[in-house]
Amino acid sequence: MKNKTIKKVDLIFEQVDHLAILDKTLNRSSEEIILDIIDSGLRGRGGAGFPTGLKWKFARNEDSEQKYVICNADEGEPGTFKDREILTQVPEKVLTGMAVCGKAIGASEGYIYLRAEYNFLLPMLHQKIDTFNNVLKEKKFDFSVAIRSGSGAYVCGEETALMESMEGFRGEPRNKPPFPTSKGYLGKPTSINNVETLVFALMIANLGPKMFKELGTFDSRGSKVFSISGDTPSAGIYELELGMTLEDFVNEFGDGDTKAVQIGGASGYCVARKNFKSTVIGFEGIPTGGSMMLFNSSRSMYNILRDYLEFFEEESCGQCTPCRIGCQQLLKGVEAVKKGLKPPSYLENLQRLSETMKIASKCGLGQSVGNPFNSIINNFREEIIY
Amino acid sequence: MSKFQVNLKINNLAIAVDEGTTILEAARQLNFNIPTLCHHDDICVAGNCRVCVVEQKGSRLLPAACATPVGEGMEILTNSMKVRQARKHVVELLLSEHNADCTRCIKNGECELQKMSNEYRTGNNQFISLLKEKDKVIDFSSPSISKDDSKCIRCQRCVRTCAEMQAVNALTVAYKGNNMRISTFLNKPMNDVVCTNCGQCINRCPTGSLTERTYVDQVFEAVYDPTKFVVVQTAPATRVAIGEEFGLEPGTRVTGKMVAALRRIGFDKVLDTDFSADLTIIEEGYELLSRLKAALVDGKAPALPMMTSCSPGWIKFQEHLYPELLENLSSCKSPQQMFGALAKTYYAERMNKNPADMIVVSIMPCTAKKFEANRPEMRGSGYKDVDFVLTTRELGMMIRQAGIDFNKLENESYDGMLGESTGAGVIFGNTGGVMEAALRTAYEIITGREVPFSNLSIKPVRGMEGVKEAAIRFKDVLPEWNFLEGVELKVGITHGLANAKLLMDKVKEGNTGFHFIEIMACPGGCIGGGGQPLPTTLAIRKKRASGLYEEDEKMILRKSHENPEVKELYQSFLHQPLGHRSHDLLHTHYYSRKKI
Repeated sequence: MKNKTIKKVDLIFEQVDHLAILDKTLNRSSEEIILDIIDSGLRGRGGAGFPTGLKWKFARNEDSEQKYVICNADEGEPGTFKDREILTQVPEKVLTGMAVCGKAIGASEGYIYLRAEYNFLLPMLHQKIDTFNNVLKEKKFDFSVAIRSGSGAYVCGEETALMESMEGFRGEPRNKPPFPTSKGYLGKPTSINNVETLVFALMIANLGPKMFKELGTFDSRGSKVFSISGDTPSAGIYELELGMTLEDFVNEFGDGDTKAVQIGGASGYCVARKNFKSTVIGFEGIPTGGSMMLFNSSRSMYNILRDYLEFFEEESCGQCTPCRIGCQQLLKGVEAVKKGLKPPSYLENLQRLSETMKIASKCGLGQSVGNPFNSIINNFREEIIY
Repeated sequence: MSKFQVNLKINNLAIAVDEGTTILEAARQLNFNIPTLCHHDDICVAGNCRVCVVEQKGSRLLPAACATPVGEGMEILTNSMKVRQARKHVVELLLSEHNADCTRCIKNGECELQKMSNEYRTGNNQFISLLKEKDKVIDFSSPSISKDDSKCIRCQRCVRTCAEMQAVNALTVAYKGNNMRISTFLNKPMNDVVCTNCGQCINRCPTGSLTERTYVDQVFEAVYDPTKFVVVQTAPATRVAIGEEFGLEPGTRVTGKMVAALRRIGFDKVLDTDFSADLTIIEEGYELLSRLKAALVDGKAPALPMMTSCSPGWIKFQEHLYPELLENLSSCKSPQQMFGALAKTYYAERMNKNPADMIVVSIMPCTAKKFEANRPEMRGSGYKDVDFVLTTRELGMMIRQAGIDFNKLENESYDGMLGESTGAGVIFGNTGGVMEAALRTAYEIITGREVPFSNLSIKPVRGMEGVKEAAIRFKDVLPEWNFLEGVELKVGITHGLANAKLLMDKVKEGNTGFHFIEIMACPGGCIGGGGQPLPTTLAIRKKRASGLYEEDEKMILRKSHENPEVKELYQSFLHQPLGHRSHDLLHTHYYSRKKI
C-alpha cells in the first residue's frame, strides 16, 4: 500500500546552468547571499544540522586575509551513500556551491575532502575541477578548488579531525572552541559544509529562499537526500521533503514487515514499529544525515547493536577516555549479558555509562554512541538479553 | 597590559579573570581543585582524558575545564552530580584497561591515577577488564627508560613532551580506537629509535608506564660485596632535589645530609661529580681557546661555534639529527665519565686499589647518563668507567630501603682526592651554569683578572628563557693570549631539545655569530633532568636553580681553576690540559646515527 503524502523533490540532481548561477551570484554582495541562506532556514545536511547561513556569517565576520571553504565529502556514516552520487552526477553544482560559499565568506581557496573509498572518482573530479578553476580564472573571480584525500578513518568526517588530517596530522578532533569559523584549516577561518548542503545553498542562491521555505516544516525547511537501504524493495537515493512521519516513510519504502528503522546511520536512533506514527523525520523529531536503514522481523537487533559497537570501538580515534574505553565496555558488556556472564541489570550500568559518553566525550563520535545503544536497548531489551 | 576581563561564576562564586583563561585556571584562582590527568603545565593542552569535565549552565555537554576558555556570564559547577558521575566513570574506565598492579609498581604512591582513584573511591570494579596480555610485555631494551603499555592511560603527555619540549618525536600515537597506543616508529624497541633517553617523558607520565630502568638492587649487591671497593659520585643537581624525596621544599640544599646518607648506605668513598665538572672547565676551556687560536692565529677553519658535551641526551640528539655538526661538539667527556675514567686509574693507583675490584656508581639527575655509561667507548680506564647510574629518585629509594632517617642526618663532607669542588662546578646543574663557570675561568686565564661581573655572578647567562646570549670582550690580555686582545667572545645558551633544534638550524645556516654554545637536553638544565624527583613544574625547577646558586655563593672557592684537587691532578698525573693522558681518559668521539 503506497502512501501519497511523501513529496519527492528534484533540487539536488536537477541539471542546471551552473555558470549562469555563478554569474548571478558573483554580481551580488556577500551580505545578500548570506541573508538568503539564513532566510531559507537551510541547516547542514551532514547530520548535525547547524544553520548554514549562520556558519557563513560567522566565517565572513572574521577578520582574516586568508579563509577557506571545505566541502566535507568524507561520507563515512554507515548507511549513507548520497554524497557519492551527488559528486558523480552533479559535480559542477558542488564546485559552484563552494564558489558561492567562497564569495559569501571571502575565501579564495576551497578543498574537497574526499573519503579514501571514493578515490575512484578522482580522475573525473580532477577534470571537472581543472575546467572549473579555469572558468573562475577567466571570470577573474579569485577562487580555486583542490582535492584532499582521506585515509579511511571514520572520525575524519568530524570537521576538526578532518582539518587535522588535511594538515598532515593524525585525525584527532580538536577542542572546541575555537570553532572552525574562527580557527579552522591551518588556523584560519573556515566554512566546512557537507556536499549536499553546498548544492542546496547553490539552489537557494539561484531560486531564492522562498521556494525552499515552502518545503518541509518550520524546524526542518526544504528537502533532503536520503540513502535508503536494508530490508526494502526500493533501496536507493531519494530526495524527499522533510517532516514526514516514519509511518509514511515505511509505507512508501518498507517491505511490509518492517520491525525497526535506524535513522541517521550507526550513530543515529533506532525506532521500533510502535513509534513509527509518532516519529517525525527532521530536526524537530529525529534528524538524519541521510541514512535510513530498514530492518524486518528476520533481523536480530542484538547482532545489529553488536555490529554498530564493533564499528565504534574500532573507529573511535582513541584519544578521549569516554569514547575509547566506553565503546569497548559497551560492546564487551552486551556480549557478557548475552552470554549470561553478567546479569541483565548490567545493561542499566551500561546505559548510565552511555549517558556519560554522551556528555563527556570530546567530539560527536563518542557523544552519539549512546543514541543507537539506548534506543536499541530500550526498544529491544529482550533481544539483547535472551 | 590591561587584558579584557571576563566575568563568570564558579560554584556560585563570582570571579573576573583575563580573557583566554581556562575554566581550570579560573577555578584554581578560587581555590577549587579540578582533577586533571592529561593536563600538564609544561606542555600544550590536550583535553583528552576528560577527568576535568565540569557542568556549564545551559550546555548539554560537560566541557573539559583544562581546554575550555572562560566566557562572559558562564556559570560553572565543578562538582555537580552529573560531573561526579562522569568523573567516576572516567576513572573507572581508565582502571578497566589499566594494569592496576599498584603494590608492585615503581610509581606506587606517586601515581596520579592511583591518587585519583583514592579520592573517588570507586569501589568494586563494575566494568570488564580490558587489559591485554600482549600489553604486559615491558620494553626493557633501553638502558635508561622502560615502557610498560599495560599501565598507559593514553593521555599523550609523553608524546607531547617528546614532540613539543624535546622535538625528538620518538614517542607517537599509533593505531586508533581499541588498539590506540603510544608507540615508536614501526613499534621498534626504545633503544632502536631516536629516543635521546632524556627521560622528560618519565617526568610527565602520570602512571608507571614510563619509568627509569632501575639498578638499585645491583648497587646494593655491590655495596654489600666485601671484595668490591665501591665509590659513588653525586652530580651537582642532585643536592638541591633529593630533599624532595623526603618532603623538603624543592631547592633545599642538603649536600651534607646526602653525603652522610651515602656513607650510611655503605659506599666506601663518597666523591663528587662537581670535582670533574671543574676539570671539564679546564679541558673544555683550553679546547675552546685552541680552536680560537687555530682560527685567529693559524688561519685554519676549526669547527665553531664549539658546543658543550656534558649532556648525554643532547649528544645523542645531535648524533641522530645533526651529524654534520658533530665536529662542533667539544670532545670532552661529560663530568660523569671523566670521573669514572679517573676513578679507575688515577684514584685507584693512589688508593692502592685494583681497578678490577672497583665499582663506580653515579647519582645523577638524569636517565640519559645510564645510556652514556654503557657506551662502548666509555672504557678509557680499560674497564667500564662507570658501572651503575642511579637517578636522584633511585637514591631516594635506596635511602628509604636502608632505613635511614634522612632529615635527621648531620652534615658530612665528601672524601678527598676526587671530592673537592668549587662553586663553578656546583652551578653545572643549571642552564647557563657551564657557560658561567667557563667564563669565570677563561676570562681570568686570559686577562689575569676576575670576570667583570659583581660577585662573579654572570647574570645574562642565568634564567629560564629558551635561548640566552652573552658577550664578553677581552681587554689588556696577558702576553701569551695576545691574539685575543679586543676580541669579543659571543656565547649562546639553550636548554630543552626543541630550543636546541631551533638554534642548531641557525648554526647550520651559519648566522649565529656564537663562538661557544652551552646546550642541556632538559628544561632548566640538569635540575630539570629526567631522573629528578616528581612532580616537575617551572616553579619547582626555578627553586632548584636558586638552590644551586646559593650553594655556589656559600663556597669559598668559586672558580674551577682554583680547585686544589684539580691542580694536584694536573701536577702529578695529567701534566697539562689536552695532553696525552687527557686525550686517553677525558676526551671521546661521536657517531652519526639514523634519523628515525
